[in-house]
Amino acid sequence: MTETMILIPGRSSKQGTSLNKGKLKEEYIDVTSILEMNMDDMTRLKLKDGDEVRISNEIGSAVVRCKGRKPDDLPSGVLFIAYGPPSSELMDGDTAGSGMPLSKHMQVKIEKVAA
Amino acid sequence: MAENTRIVKNATCTFCGCVCDDMELTVDLDKKVITKAKNACVLGRAWFAEHQIDDRPVAMIDGKEAPLEEAIEEAAQVLVNAKFPITYGLSDTTCEAQKQAVAISDIIRGTIDTTTSVCHGPSGLAFQDIGESTSTLGEVKNRADLVIYWGGNPAESHPRHFRYSVTPKGMFIPNGKKDRTVVMIDVRKTPSAPVADILIQVKPGKDFELLWALRALVKGRKVDPQIQVMTGVPLETMTDLVERMKNCRFGVLFFGMGLTMTRGRHFNSGALLALATDLNEFTHFVAKPVRGHGNVTGADNVVSWQTGYPFGVNFSRGFPRFNPGEFTTVDTLTRGDADAALIIASDPASNFPKAAIEHLKKIPVISLDTKETSTSKLSHVAFATSTYGINTAGTVYRMDDVPIPLRPAFESPYPGDEEILFAIKKRVHELILSKCGATGATGEARVASKLML
Repeated sequence: MTETMILIPGRSSKQGTSLNKGKLKEEYIDVTSILEMNMDDMTRLKLKDGDEVRISNEIGSAVVRCKGRKPDDLPSGVLFIAYGPPSSELMDGDTAGSGMPLSKHMQVKIEKVAA
Repeated sequence: MAENTRIVKNATCTFCGCVCDDMELTVDLDKKVITKAKNACVLGRAWFAEHQIDDRPVAMIDGKEAPLEEAIEEAAQVLVNAKFPITYGLSDTTCEAQKQAVAISDIIRGTIDTTTSVCHGPSGLAFQDIGESTSTLGEVKNRADLVIYWGGNPAESHPRHFRYSVTPKGMFIPNGKKDRTVVMIDVRKTPSAPVADILIQVKPGKDFELLWALRALVKGRKVDPQIQVMTGVPLETMTDLVERMKNCRFGVLFFGMGLTMTRGRHFNSGALLALATDLNEFTHFVAKPVRGHGNVTGADNVVSWQTGYPFGVNFSRGFPRFNPGEFTTVDTLTRGDADAALIIASDPASNFPKAAIEHLKKIPVISLDTKETSTSKLSHVAFATSTYGINTAGTVYRMDDVPIPLRPAFESPYPGDEEILFAIKKRVHELILSKCGATGATGEARVASKLML
């Protein structure tokens, strides 16, 4: 099953502490590969914590692991991921003449990766 | 406690834009590690603990260890022989190093840009359009009774920002938090939400619409209750917020990249700045961007006072020109304009759009960084440098444009960014002069021959 959702990359405490250890270290790669998702959306898509999902758009795709968040904390249809290589994979280089690529509010397709 | 221990009082943490200068560092001078960072937040503790002396060659050319002098010569040759060399990064180094980078870009007629362009660059554009009703964080601490965070998550990105805006007792805020109303406006309930008295969840990508509706209400115009369908925020919530904003004694709007990185970009920042301006008809209201890296504000200041513009500056005609979208780094890389890159204390190969990273892989890159990164790994010339604030002295700017001196903890065997950049500048200058001849030199080289060395 594939759905279209809004991806919001941003900072997190763990992303901040792990980047001090080094962006090439396992901890940073791990922290930036966890996709937070509304629990109701996860139930609908038959996903559980730790399942691998593919997020993709016309720019690229990345495989990440999902983690549930309470519906009060993260609205349905909205995804959060800590900045890192997977979010860069989906970022368009077009800045609309501003210098700033659209780094939040990305429309992505999400689908479960077969085990 | 180790025998050879040093205590550094009033040291400065340069991890984020808060630039907290009340650190008390305990340093094991034998092991060259900081064993304790009193007053540091979770991010600051990691910053001080993890910046130890790595075992890396001071310079590498194409992945092989090289003498420092040889690497400087190679870097200078690459920059001088490029047709469209770009300089990028600079937000995690001292103002003194930033100054050298601007000089290099000027001499080689290159383009200089900082991480501001992918951070609060859109706010920089909005400042030029709207203006900025501003203040220091000290004024916020002493005066602000209404504090609004919009599109940011300070609890995770700037954990000690609240010591200025939420918790402290101030001169006119004698009871601290009890005297303040804190409002969080975001698309999700972040870990910052618990400090808020009022939490407003806006629909993703609808910040501009909400800001414009608030402006209308401030000006006494009618707003259709259907605005809730578009923004996700009921009209009553907006009306209540507007009344609080008009009736506070000193209000502040702190805004983050939830505004600048999303649909609307500089229009979002501009709408927020315009709202702050409108509110000054009724009370005192300021707006401040919450800045990310330790000295990104210094980068804006240094590039501004040296070129007249804050970022995205090109010297190819012999004088500075500013044009975001043309001279900003994501654009110069994505379009394939740049044919050489000098990257200072930044890792675009890890966090830029894919198309920009692909171009970076095709051109000679010169990098300066304290740690091995994706950018240093693809670099033609990679310098390992010491860490500003921990090993290197200098000046950084806090996010409210207050300059703060650094008090290093221990010495590093690696040179600082300023030292490497000064050496590159000197060699670049010599090469340009020999290329053009002292009398026939182009404008910037003539100026350089008089001023730079």
